[in-house]
Amino acid sequence: MSADRYRLRFHIRSLTDNLVTVLAVLATLIVVAPLAAIFGYLIYKGASSLNLAFFVQIPKPEGEPGGGMANAIVGSGVLLGLASLIGIPLGIGGGIFLAEFGRGTKLANAVRFTADVLNGVPSIVMGLAVYSLVVSVHSSWIPFSGHFSAFSGGVALGIMMIPTVCRTTEEMLLMVPHAVREAALGLGVPNWRSVLSITLKTASPGIITGCMLAFARVAGETAPLLFTALGNSFMNANLNEPIDALPLRIYNYAISPYDDQHRLAWGGALVLIALIVLAVSLVRYVTSRGVLKGAS
Amino acid sequence: MPDIRVSQAHLQPELATRTEKSSTEPGAEEPSTIRRFLLSRGNSAAADRAFHLLMVFCALSIFAIVGLIAWRLVVSSQITWNKFGFHFFYQTFTDTVTHQPMYWDPVNGLFSAVPFIYGTLVSSFLALLIAVPLAIGLAVFLTEMCPRPLRGPLAFLTELLAAIPSVIYGLWAVFVLVPLLREYVNPALMRTLGWTGLFDDSMNPTGLGFLAGGMILAIMILPIISSLTREVMTAVPHAQREAVLALGATRWEMVRVGVLRNARIGIVGGVILGLGRALGETMAVTMVIGNTPEIHKSLLANGSSMAAVIANEFTEAVSDMHRSALIEIGLALFIVTIIVNAFAQLLMWAVTRGAPSQVH
Repeated sequence: MSADRYRLRFHIRSLTDNLVTVLAVLATLIVVAPLAAIFGYLIYKGASSLNLAFFVQIPKPEGEPGGGMANAIVGSGVLLGLASLIGIPLGIGGGIFLAEFGRGTKLANAVRFTADVLNGVPSIVMGLAVYSLVVSVHSSWIPFSGHFSAFSGGVALGIMMIPTVCRTTEEMLLMVPHAVREAALGLGVPNWRSVLSITLKTASPGIITGCMLAFARVAGETAPLLFTALGNSFMNANLNEPIDALPLRIYNYAISPYDDQHRLAWGGALVLIALIVLAVSLVRYVTSRGVLKGAS
Repeated sequence: MPDIRVSQAHLQPELATRTEKSSTEPGAEEPSTIRRFLLSRGNSAAADRAFHLLMVFCALSIFAIVGLIAWRLVVSSQITWNKFGFHFFYQTFTDTVTHQPMYWDPVNGLFSAVPFIYGTLVSSFLALLIAVPLAIGLAVFLTEMCPRPLRGPLAFLTELLAAIPSVIYGLWAVFVLVPLLREYVNPALMRTLGWTGLFDDSMNPTGLGFLAGGMILAIMILPIISSLTREVMTAVPHAQREAVLALGATRWEMVRVGVLRNARIGIVGGVILGLGRALGETMAVTMVIGNTPEIHKSLLANGSSMAAVIANEFTEAVSDMHRSALIEIGLALFIVTIIVNAFAQLLMWAVTRGAPSQVH
């Protein structure tokens, strides 16, 4: 009797085990399915709308077929360049402080926490903040203030890059062995020089990884640009004027009623995703080469 | 011509005295090669201090940025705060003609955040409801069951899911997910579960709405929850698994007793981080939630969320009051996400600090 009960119990247990395995596999498939669906549809729809005109022409007036996204591509380049100029130095500086100077201090903990907070700030709130910090302020001592401009968009994206760059820099610097720093200091190299040309250089593949990840993240951001860079149907590279960006143009075209604009939106999405996947794969390749394992 | 000769005459004696001076004290002023090298590098103590200060400045700039954001949001939302105070977050109005509840009428100066808070909460919790079981299933599969050669590519694929920009999710949702919901899923839900009142698409047969928003949010927060869950699960020491297996447990019992139970606080932390992401997610939700400031019991009805209303109305705000009300919603979102993220960070820290970080 009791042997039967044990056998039954054992069957139930192994059945549960198999059931859970099936469920886990199912969950994995359900997760991978939308990814495949998104990529498949993106390539199917996007590839057919990519042509030379897409890359060299500016948008046609609404309802008119044809046109391209040259201005959005240039605009994204300008915005991301400006963002990198703001975000990468500040982020790396903060990371150096956390890893080299502030180790274990209260200030460092506070900075780390604040960086995490900044990382969690919704991108739309970042847009609002930069709007009220730069765009809505009419004052002569803040450059580019008082109106929508490429500058304000770059500032918003740059701020969003800081926490990622800062935390990766810190992590990478902490992985550099102490002996390397001591060797440099033992040769009489000043500390700043040792940090810049020894420690930072050793950790540079990992830090570049962090910068690329931050770059890939802000490259697709739309919300912070809505009320800073605003968008522009014409070619513009002037920091003082509204500028277009790929994600902004995709958003505007996606919610428009014209089929031709939907087609262009898919093309733009394909270009954007190609850029991001390239960055992420490059990161993956660099980190898997064993230069600094465990990065990202 | 004479000028040059005069200047040369001026120089000559000075040069002479200098060479004379150095020849009178030989050796004393002659620095060693190393010292000369170091001197040629400049004063390293001053340079070090300057460098240190520069790095502290970079670190403090992060404080300054967060402070500036908070300050500007508070200042810019003053108009609404002065008029409504805290009522902004729970007041409702009544339409004078139809006697229906009304929440948001920018033209007549009626502002209340209620429908947006409701929309954000409903879409986020719907997203968690869908995403959490899937994310944990994926994490269990990847850490405990997956054959080794599959593990890397699958982890990479889920990482890729996290790298897709919000606007592309939105684009896909508008052209693929929403038609799918409209044609097949919503009618089916209406037929089978319509009696609960939660799935009633009679008022809104477009396919847009809370369910579409929740589903696209679920896809977006899945990779975050799953990768954090994976992280805490790998942090559980192998000895735990071996001990449970040695007692004769099946694999699922090993995972449940040995791994999930040990990692549960970290998993909760990951879920809360996912919630933080879902609360602030903007573009994809804006594109599919329908953007009407109303409250409906049905998940298939149109609605709006805090982030969506800002994205949708801010550039076309009709008055300073309207703009200020939207900024106040943004401020509320800012505060809520800070609290949620800080709580999740604390949980994650509690786990990773307690357990050895590297096991394999």
